[in-house]
Amino acid sequence: MASLIETCGLTAFYGDFQAIFGVDIRLDAGETIAVIGANGAGKSTLMRSIAGVIANRPEMILHHGEPVGALGAPDIVRRGIALVPEGRKLFPSLTVEENLQIGNYGRREAGPWTLESIYSLFPILKERRRNPATALSGGQQQMVAIGRALMSNPEILLCDELSLGLAPVVIKDIYAAFSRIRASGAALIIVEQDIAQALKVADRIYCMMEGRITLTGRPAELDRADIHAAYFGAETHELV
Amino acid sequence: MNWFDTLLQGILLGGLYALFAAGLSLVFGIMRLVNLAHGDLIVLAAFLILLIVSSLGLDPFLAALLAAPLMFGLGWLMQYHLLNRTLGKDVLPPLLVTFGLSIVIQNGLLEAFTADSRRISVGALETASVQMGGINVGLMPLVTFGSAVFVIVALNYLIYRTALGRAFRATSDDVITASLMGIRPNSIFAIATGLAMMVVTIAALYLGIRANFDPTAGPARLIYAFEAVIIGGLGSLWGTLAGGVILGIAQTVGAAINPEWQILAGHIAFLLVLLFRPRGLFPRALD
Repeated sequence: MASLIETCGLTAFYGDFQAIFGVDIRLDAGETIAVIGANGAGKSTLMRSIAGVIANRPEMILHHGEPVGALGAPDIVRRGIALVPEGRKLFPSLTVEENLQIGNYGRREAGPWTLESIYSLFPILKERRRNPATALSGGQQQMVAIGRALMSNPEILLCDELSLGLAPVVIKDIYAAFSRIRASGAALIIVEQDIAQALKVADRIYCMMEGRITLTGRPAELDRADIHAAYFGAETHELV
Repeated sequence: MNWFDTLLQGILLGGLYALFAAGLSLVFGIMRLVNLAHGDLIVLAAFLILLIVSSLGLDPFLAALLAAPLMFGLGWLMQYHLLNRTLGKDVLPPLLVTFGLSIVIQNGLLEAFTADSRRISVGALETASVQMGGINVGLMPLVTFGSAVFVIVALNYLIYRTALGRAFRATSDDVITASLMGIRPNSIFAIATGLAMMVVTIAALYLGIRANFDPTAGPARLIYAFEAVIIGGLGSLWGTLAGGVILGIAQTVGAAINPEWQILAGHIAFLLVLLFRPRGLFPRALD
């Protein structure tokens, strides 16, 4: 059976600058994988390629075995692949509830997520639903961004740097919601700089450095020193 | 000179300018596109109404009702297949392309309708008036102003109370994130320009009834529309109405002092606003 999503020798460019070089990752049904790596390793580029923001050759990304690499973001989200973008990217002209409703645009018929179920996942958002989205705290804004992506009833949820700029206690709150998101049937790809967080939630880990996958495996099987080597590169490894 | 009369005529004239400007304001608010062919599109719509009136023998108001969906289609096609290709970080391509479009429309109209100046006749309605506090007010200016208020209210309702309006605002905020949500920005922009062209049709109806127009009348309408938008503050539709009214009052007051000063007074009012409130009177909080 074909994987949910698979990248095959994925390369991506920003203008003339090549950000990732032949990346192969795979996500199976019901799985959560984490992509870790330092700033500039190419994690966000990988997410943006899968989400259709960056166009690729069709056969570089397979969804249920079908080539989707060249599809644009509006078509990708309609296929059930939703991205929570880095930096949240809420719409400042819209209220909290309107931000969530915008998620309806890419909605697939089958799925558990509605305004009500998102308010039950993040009750604070119901209280603040008439507020402008940008009036919320960072953690609450991240909840809106996750809820907005869930409104499309995704089969695959891509989360780019959820914990960026948030206090540890807030990060814990947000990741607490993940068991319910997984229970809804969605598979997840999580991009994290926080290795400990990634090891805790993911079934499998991919570590990226300078646009390439340098290490992959299950958290229990990975040695901490190997992760550091894959994360920072060999020279730094000698210092650890 | 009766100051109250002059003021009232100015306010009502402002309704016409607000109608010229509302479409421009809508398009700028959503996609930051300055359409230099806006005035020529108003004139094009006026000729379209005239054509329907003369060929089908319809009442001008009915003809405008028929012209509006045609103009929506024209605006949709123009945005989707031409103007969307010019949008991007650089502000020059849309200016150059719409400037070219302006010349094409003027010359096309000249070929099709000659340089004769025309008007749309609505018979007795043109000269009908009502008494208001001892002043005779023309019915047409009143209807024009009422239509302007109606258009602004309707556009505000659309933008702030409907799903389409949410998509307009989201796309205006951030095109890439909007497309991640499943919105197709090119379609949203095409619908917005189509709507702007329906407003243009309404503006064209009153332009054609109240004044003579010919194929070269567009650029002057664009100037008034542009000034109304800037005076009111970019992106605010109520500001656009206020901008139109200020322009109208300045012109009628100028004309009351000396008829030669009508146009100049409007431009001076615009420059004064730019001098003291460079962002306009009611700028949107963001950007």
